[in-house]
Amino acid sequence: MPETFEPKIVAFFCNWCTYLAADLAGTSRIKYAPNTRVVRVMCSGRVDPQFILDAFAKGADGVLIGGCHPGDCHYQEGNYKMLRRFALLKRLVKQMGIEDERLRLEWISAAEGERVKTVINDMVAKVRALGPRAAASQKEVA
Amino acid sequence: MKPKVAFYWCASCGGCEEAVVDLDEKILDVANAVDIVFWPVALDFKEHDVEAMPDGSILASFINGAIRNSDQLKMAKLLRAKSQVVVAFGVCAQLGGIPGLANLTDAKGIYAEVFKDGVTPERLHQNNGHSLSLPEFFDTVVELGRVIDVDYYVPGCPPTPKIIGAALGVLLGSELPPKGTVLAPDEALCEECPRKDTRPEKMLLKEFKRVHQVVADQQTCLLAQGLACLGPGTRAGCEALCPRGNMPCTGCFGPTSRVRDYGAKALSALASVIDSDDEAEIARILDALPDPAGLFYRYSLPSSFLGRRRME
Amino acid sequence: MDNRRITIEPITRLEGHGKIEIFLDGKGVVERAYFQVPELRGFEKFAQGRPAEDMPQITSRICGVCPTAHHMASTKALDALYQVTPPPAARKIRELIYSTFYVEDHALHFYFLGGPDFVVGPQAPAAERNVLGVIAKVGIETGQKVIAMRRRLRELMALAGGKAAHPVFGLPGGVAKPLTAADAARFREVAGEAVEFAQFTLGIFEKVVLQNSEYVDLILSDAYTHKTYYMGMVDEKNQVNFYDGMLRVVAPDGKEWAKFRPDQYLDYIGERVEPWTYMKFCYLKGIGWKGFSEGSDSGVYCVAPLARLNAAEGMATPQAHEAYQKYHATLGGRPVHHTLANHWARVVEMLYAAERMQELANDPELINPDVRTLPTATPREGVGVVEAPRGTLFHHYKTDERGMITGANLIVATQNNAARIAMGVEKAAKKLITGGQVPEGLLNMVEMAFRAYDPCLGCATHALPGSMPLIVQVRDPRGSPLAVLRRDSDGSIHRE
Repeated sequence: MPETFEPKIVAFFCNWCTYLAADLAGTSRIKYAPNTRVVRVMCSGRVDPQFILDAFAKGADGVLIGGCHPGDCHYQEGNYKMLRRFALLKRLVKQMGIEDERLRLEWISAAEGERVKTVINDMVAKVRALGPRAAASQKEVA
Repeated sequence: MKPKVAFYWCASCGGCEEAVVDLDEKILDVANAVDIVFWPVALDFKEHDVEAMPDGSILASFINGAIRNSDQLKMAKLLRAKSQVVVAFGVCAQLGGIPGLANLTDAKGIYAEVFKDGVTPERLHQNNGHSLSLPEFFDTVVELGRVIDVDYYVPGCPPTPKIIGAALGVLLGSELPPKGTVLAPDEALCEECPRKDTRPEKMLLKEFKRVHQVVADQQTCLLAQGLACLGPGTRAGCEALCPRGNMPCTGCFGPTSRVRDYGAKALSALASVIDSDDEAEIARILDALPDPAGLFYRYSLPSSFLGRRRME
Repeated sequence: MDNRRITIEPITRLEGHGKIEIFLDGKGVVERAYFQVPELRGFEKFAQGRPAEDMPQITSRICGVCPTAHHMASTKALDALYQVTPPPAARKIRELIYSTFYVEDHALHFYFLGGPDFVVGPQAPAAERNVLGVIAKVGIETGQKVIAMRRRLRELMALAGGKAAHPVFGLPGGVAKPLTAADAARFREVAGEAVEFAQFTLGIFEKVVLQNSEYVDLILSDAYTHKTYYMGMVDEKNQVNFYDGMLRVVAPDGKEWAKFRPDQYLDYIGERVEPWTYMKFCYLKGIGWKGFSEGSDSGVYCVAPLARLNAAEGMATPQAHEAYQKYHATLGGRPVHHTLANHWARVVEMLYAAERMQELANDPELINPDVRTLPTATPREGVGVVEAPRGTLFHHYKTDERGMITGANLIVATQNNAARIAMGVEKAAKKLITGGQVPEGLLNMVEMAFRAYDPCLGCATHALPGSMPLIVQVRDPRGSPLAVLRRDSDGSIHRE
């Protein structure tokens, strides 16, 4: 029986909003797909595009960034910085053959435990349908 | 006995060779101080001459160009074996260079575009009993450091005479810097740019412009004028030649030492000056940057985290 | 190496990678020699998806020895793409940069690349057959003069174009920045020196080559002679022009065979692939590909200095024209079929470029600050053609309405010479290698067969057969568009 592909999703969650929401999902016993590896950052604005690309290079099939809703950032502007960077990075990775569904930015507040489940389940399903990000042979370059 | 040096080109345009010739009169001093034992553009030594040399007998090999095929891979390994020090010379050797843009496609894509007649060059070919060979053409271009151990880097497309002179001075000096050092200043190009003082307190742009759409002012910061100048994300050393030519920096000196993926950080720098919090407006502003991969990874695609576009 | 096969690897004193494989039969006679080009980078493919305005700086990386040629052809293609004409000052700045570059590049070949074969000697020890050997022969003072001249020319190229290697001046409808009065004065100063330097170089050629009967015999020898067609860009008086004009092809007997606008090139030039090399071979479509052969029945043709001086009927500046006449008189009139005469023709061209540099540097319009016409038309397709030092160079771009490249067709200088180079290497090998034993110096003489063309193999490993539609814009004498006609790759013509 063929193995179903299980995508690896790296998630960068901001400390003040999305990470707390994920905690809430946990304490509320909300079940969701176990495919994410979560990295806690103080602010979504901390997410350097290099982290995202490094994650893909190291085998992530999808990358999710979670931050505070616009206007709610603990550091005022951080999520807007992420928004601008993200818009340009999305266009860049598209040219690198990375499909839209593999890179996602979501605003999830500390109270939105349910939303963590919805977003992650949705993303895992979409990335599973796409398959692995890189073909195995692509790891050889020369 | 004079120390021996070698110069070689992989997937290269020859501009780095010209850059060495741009040492002008100093080249005579170099020629007096060292024995150039291999330099195909200028001297008649052949591959078998290099093969015959004892390992480690060349003091320093300066290799430019990216690795695109099996011949270049072979020569890189050969020179590594014969040399004490290998210097990756120019941005193609350091980061992959413009030939690295081919990583947005692959061998099949290139062949299909270039050889449309139904006849394609073959790796091994028999013609009337004569067997001929061409090197293997790889799908992916890589920078030199991916296939051999590189000791130092001289950046640029091509490196400038000043940078080359400084690099030679360091290499022939008494104390060698740590292995892996890029032999150029370790700060952003803006510091060297003659337009530096015209940068606004806060750089905020409501739009970007493509170079053919405006006549750039010759004194004002190019980024402040809305042109996609990559100076903020690029290592200094060239003294801002392109801005002096009234055109924006395209990033050929690569990143400073604190950056691992040049394109990602250059992208970050440009994104950070967008004056908008609205998704739709941001999208409209970005329409004036229609080719992020070509803009941010023009010289550095092979060395980036992803390295290449996904293979089909 | 086994005694039936000799490999010269790599070939040296040229731009690019290559090897020569010579196969001998049992008696030590050359059966066949192959000039193989093993490099390919795929510019036409990765140009797709790039903004057209980036092409002058991207395509200049096809070659770091002649980046200005690619930059110029690309910029002219952008003019056509956006249907803009540069203001007069911009056109003059472009031509001035180009002329300066020509002096520098031709001098580089004469002193550094090809020259050593004559100045030091074709069979001199390998360690001496290079620019250092040349300097040892002509004296350190002359050597310093050559280096100083090159430095001053490169400084000017950087002054006007941003960088000497990989300039940045090219934009559709103009150049990136104007020249000041002080800039023009520097150009005038160096131009005067350049003219003197070119005459000085002609003098060296005279003394070292023409007064050496062995060398003259070598030049005239059958081993290095081919009777082919010749192509070059000419102005309205059929004088050599590097920057703009019509393309003129003359037959082996010297008579005009065709004269066409550069953007019609697909009607005249075809390409052929051989499986043992990445370099494609150009040929004249009207005659057809008849194999590696010469004569009026073969489509093989030739470009670059020898060809340009054959295809034209004179030079547009006085001293160069005098040198041109002397050149033809000495070699038996137009057309000259001796490949090694390229070295002489190159210096004649150097003189023309220097005189042209002087003309432009003295033109008061040069320092007009208006150097840009901003494009307004929607881009679609454009062809830009110049004479690169190594031959006719074609850049042909197709874009979408945003000006993003959808297709790029490049026919690059040395490719036009590819067939003749392959033939030349084989002929030289066959004539010179007769006894099986092959001293290294003799192998260099085989290499001399390609070196005279000053080939640029990084350049040459590009181009794809054109099967793109051709769009013709018909304008009235004032330049207003009257009609747009389109000819598709199947030959059908539509009015847009």
